Amino acid sequence: MNMRLCTLLAFLATYAYASAQAQAPMVSNEIVAALDDHLVAIDTGFSGSKVLLFGATEGEGDVIIVVRGPSKKEVVRKKERIMGVWANKKQVVFDDTPAFYNIAASGNLNELVPASTRQRLELGPENLKNFVAPQSRSMSDKDKLEFWQALLRSKINDGLYASTHTPVKFLGKRLFRADINFPANIPVGTYLVYVYLVKDKDIVSTQITPLFVSKIGAEAEIYDFAHRHSFAYGVLAVVIALFAGWFASVVFRKK
Amino acid sequence: MFGLRIESIAIANIYPNIKDSFFGPSCMNIYLPIAEISVNIFLLLGMGGVIGFLSGMFGVGGGFLLTPLLIFIGVPSTVAVATQANQIVASSVSGVIAHTRRKNVDFKMGFMLLIGGIIGSTLGVWLFSVLKTMGQIDLVIKLSYVAFLSSVGGLMFIESLGAIWRNRKGASGRTGRAHKRKDHSGWQHKLPFKMKFRRSQLYISALLPIGVGLAVGVLVAIMGVGGGFIMVPAMIYLLGMPTSVVIGTSLFQIIFVTANVTILQATTNQTVDIILALLLLIGGVIGAQFGARAGMKLKGEQLRIMLALLALAVCIKLGLDLVITPDELFGLFGRGA
Repeated sequence: MNMRLCTLLAFLATYAYASAQAQAPMVSNEIVAALDDHLVAIDTGFSGSKVLLFGATEGEGDVIIVVRGPSKKEVVRKKERIMGVWANKKQVVFDDTPAFYNIAASGNLNELVPASTRQRLELGPENLKNFVAPQSRSMSDKDKLEFWQALLRSKINDGLYASTHTPVKFLGKRLFRADINFPANIPVGTYLVYVYLVKDKDIVSTQITPLFVSKIGAEAEIYDFAHRHSFAYGVLAVVIALFAGWFASVVFRKK
Repeated sequence: MFGLRIESIAIANIYPNIKDSFFGPSCMNIYLPIAEISVNIFLLLGMGGVIGFLSGMFGVGGGFLLTPLLIFIGVPSTVAVATQANQIVASSVSGVIAHTRRKNVDFKMGFMLLIGGIIGSTLGVWLFSVLKTMGQIDLVIKLSYVAFLSSVGGLMFIESLGAIWRNRKGASGRTGRAHKRKDHSGWQHKLPFKMKFRRSQLYISALLPIGVGLAVGVLVAIMGVGGGFIMVPAMIYLLGMPTSVVIGTSLFQIIFVTANVTILQATTNQTVDIILALLLLIGGVIGAQFGARAGMKLKGEQLRIMLALLALAVCIKLGLDLVITPDELFGLFGRGA
């Protein structure tokens, strides 16, 4: 944590200096932001992680940060009672659902930007536009909405979607920082961090930064091996088990 | 996935914080590469140990208890079942080595069971992936558990109560019910392809052990169990094998059937987690040694009645989950489903 604070301070000092020097000509770069680490590494001891985002704004304004995970297909199934037993029956497939969604803002999101902007830029999980679900045409939009809300509920429960936005803290008037928390169950892939600068209820500047979540070391190798050479992996698993069983019987016979 | 899964994830989310405050970060939790969850190492070792203790004490594989437990702590049920098959390979090997030394394995019978077992388990793995894409695999796993635990647990409970009652009445001189079927009038003796099984002292149709092996093979693939708790009664009552060779022989064929399931699950579903299997194995092997010692101090009927109660308890828990209206009717099936 101490080291992170040092990097933060160093960066902030540089930014302050650079922007003070180049204040007049640089109008386009109204917001700059950086992550303290562009890689969230899942290793053997992984139990969640925190990434620090920091930056500076040109002039006063509010900041909204959105972190989106890779898009994937999600299937939502609803249980119904069949012969006294609860079983999955109806299902809706949602394409391009972000595997992870987190949002942070320096104020109340609803006051910062109007509803139309929130919907257009998908600010907040409730504004994600995925419930169109083209594959399930036979179902009414109202039913689909019910399935979509169940998906949001489940994602929030798993800690993969933000239920409310976390704060972006301003240090002075132009420097800001925010912590992005990743739980232990985050999916791997390329994440995108959107940093928006808000002035007078309007988004005036945007910066997009990639963030990579991947398995490293033994974890990555085992996963890779299991998926690429699945037959060899299966045989190896059996050989290990046979050896372990034999070893156990040898060790405990002597006792 | 289902109610329990959501609960367990909630626990897993809180758990790292509790752990961090006691032990410091990242040294106690292990991230399982295939299950893709982070679990406390000692929880897994302990679970393996407790189940190993029970299996050593009762002389059963313990798969039928460990698979539901893994699902309870948040391991996806598909990973739990496939990994469990891998772990049973190891525990059966050490069992067979012990039984072979005592010449309690009927290899010829074992091979016949194995032919059925390989066909059945291949069929089972195929069925498993079909059910998985249909979204019904969880239901089928749970229903099979309820059906088999209630019938086997119930029968064992009644039988051992009867044994205790007979002992109380002073008929302790009896050596128990004669398991060998001496009359040859049953339907199973009218089948073709008769064969001699010298160690079991039987002359029966080869179709019988092949059939038993096939049925149990399907269960191994779907339920992630060795199938001993179904195989053993079937061998005694249906095939009429002497009790002394039953356990060794069933363990012998379980090795090959679970090895087949492990390889097939790894290739078709990629759901075998080597790390998880190893951790369970370590706890299981040690637990089994202590369990076996504890088991020697108890009487056979007492052991069986406790095992029956345990099976019935797991069965009731799973059964209630299926019948009681769940808090969340919707489930998410993103990864791999």
